[in-house]
Amino acid sequence: MISEESKARFAQEVAKYPSDQKQSAVMACLAIVQQELGYVSTESEALVADYLGMAPMAVHEVTTFYNMYNQKPVGKYKLNVCTNLPCQLRDGGRALEHLEHKLGVHMGETTPDGMFTLQQCECLGACADSPVLLVNDQTMCSFMSNDKLDQLVDGLRAAGDK
Amino acid sequence: MTAEQILAQFQSNGAQTCFHGRHINPQILADLNSSSWHLQDYLARGGYEALRKVLGKDGGEGLTPEQVIATVKESGLRGRGGAGFPTGLKWSFMPRQFAGPKFLMCNSDEGEPGTCKDREILQYNPHIVIEGMIIAAYAMGIGTGYNYIHGEIFQTYQRFEEALAEARAAGLLGDNILGSGFNFQLHAFHGYGAYVCGEETALLESVEGKKGQPRYKPPFPPSYGLYGKPTNINNTETFSAVPWIIRNGGKAYLECGKPNNGGTKIFSVSGDVELPGNYEIPMGTPFSKLLELAGGVRKGRQLKAVIPGGSSTPVLPASIMMDCTMDYDSIAKAGSMLGSGALIVLDDSRCMVKSLQRLSYFYMHESCGQCTPCREGTGWLYRVVDRIENGQGRPDDMDLLDNVAESIMGRTICALGDAAAMPVRAMLKHFRPEFEYHVAHKTCMVPAYV
Repeated sequence: MISEESKARFAQEVAKYPSDQKQSAVMACLAIVQQELGYVSTESEALVADYLGMAPMAVHEVTTFYNMYNQKPVGKYKLNVCTNLPCQLRDGGRALEHLEHKLGVHMGETTPDGMFTLQQCECLGACADSPVLLVNDQTMCSFMSNDKLDQLVDGLRAAGDK
Repeated sequence: MTAEQILAQFQSNGAQTCFHGRHINPQILADLNSSSWHLQDYLARGGYEALRKVLGKDGGEGLTPEQVIATVKESGLRGRGGAGFPTGLKWSFMPRQFAGPKFLMCNSDEGEPGTCKDREILQYNPHIVIEGMIIAAYAMGIGTGYNYIHGEIFQTYQRFEEALAEARAAGLLGDNILGSGFNFQLHAFHGYGAYVCGEETALLESVEGKKGQPRYKPPFPPSYGLYGKPTNINNTETFSAVPWIIRNGGKAYLECGKPNNGGTKIFSVSGDVELPGNYEIPMGTPFSKLLELAGGVRKGRQLKAVIPGGSSTPVLPASIMMDCTMDYDSIAKAGSMLGSGALIVLDDSRCMVKSLQRLSYFYMHESCGQCTPCREGTGWLYRVVDRIENGQGRPDDMDLLDNVAESIMGRTICALGDAAAMPVRAMLKHFRPEFEYHVAHKTCMVPAYV
């Protein structure tokens, strides 16, 4: 279930909008849920719908429309590698292939230990930093040479639960 | 090390892409470093002086809303998000006498492939956006604003939230700004991954808590915008230009650029250059100069083509591009668009079929699905380009691509359909032999795509 801390963050988001427009906070609430639980389940959608006074289906439409919501559980670290044209010209595709090889999974899959989910993604808006990847929707990693990708994966594995 | 410490090692600090010292007469990116984003630093750079001037808190008489709009009109500032619409004119469309709430939106949903300037403005100079928005709100009599920030740049969203808190604490934002009696509330909105939300009415739908599907126009946002109220929307870089214009005057801004193309512009240069990054230069600077600033073509190769204004804009071959200056009119005359000012540079090792294949995939992926010509047409475009790239093209595929592109253009609610079709048509126009070679030989005409 959703923690009290997350619910307090819901309230902060709702406060940004006119009092009769609470549904404007739906995207933020779903993002908060995803940060806490790792993905947006039907139950979470129902909870957000109830909180904001929306129909559950209206919330589900939002979850399914925007690329960054996880509709099923993902690994502890979700790695989104940009492969759009500006990145393709500067080793974005190579970075994705390197991670596939390093992690032993294809894009779209999660490693058997549940540590990493690897995905291709569309423009992150950091084209001059290519190769770029986004970790868990929040942390952009820039200029990711193969060496740095190895350091990232090995480092996160070693960090364990820290 | 903790996971957080591991990730911190790979953060960009803007050294290569923003603080390289190779801007020309910069206004927005002047005198910045990775830690000079705070309010005190911005004040030391002359920040919020324009707001003081407007509100009459600098010892002067202040400016009326009409005077602010007249100054912006005089400056020749045109929308930096892609359309290039005159900003002052856009501001004058807002109804002055409307009794209810009006809204101001900043479009920082920067997702046009190649474009990475708004992220760096917000990351390293967030107060310039806030100041520009407050002045705009004053000019249009608006009480509430939102900055819609691209979902994938969460750290930048956090940075902007911090800057908002600084501005509020200093009395620069909120109720009774600087004791003037003017109120303006500004909040940050975090997107969650949808290219189409860069379209202004899709952005409004998104802020209303819905799928980001563009609206029919008219009515336009000044008459029916957020929550059905009058709304003005500008790009991040557009707002960022406003403080300089107010401080120095519209005429001075216009004279930085060239007639009808006032001021400086930040160009995001990506792809096959030695030094990809953002370059703020006066409008009208030759493309060859910009290429030189970006270190020239990578590995000493030859320039093949440039997509001059973000992935949606028609590609231009090197021979045409080298004669262009970087402004709306020159690029338009050459048959493309300045767009968001994002240049994707391609060298002579690049296969245009493979390049187009990736772009067409993108538009198929990001079509919101509302209009049939776009939803179905982007799929057709991708599948046909994909089969040509994979050696399964048919002799009449180029005509088919042209036909599908033609059938999309002008037949959709928003410009995403055109954005998908234009690159296809331009690639065929300028590089048709590469497509024909692919079909005939089932392989690339160029030696390698590395």
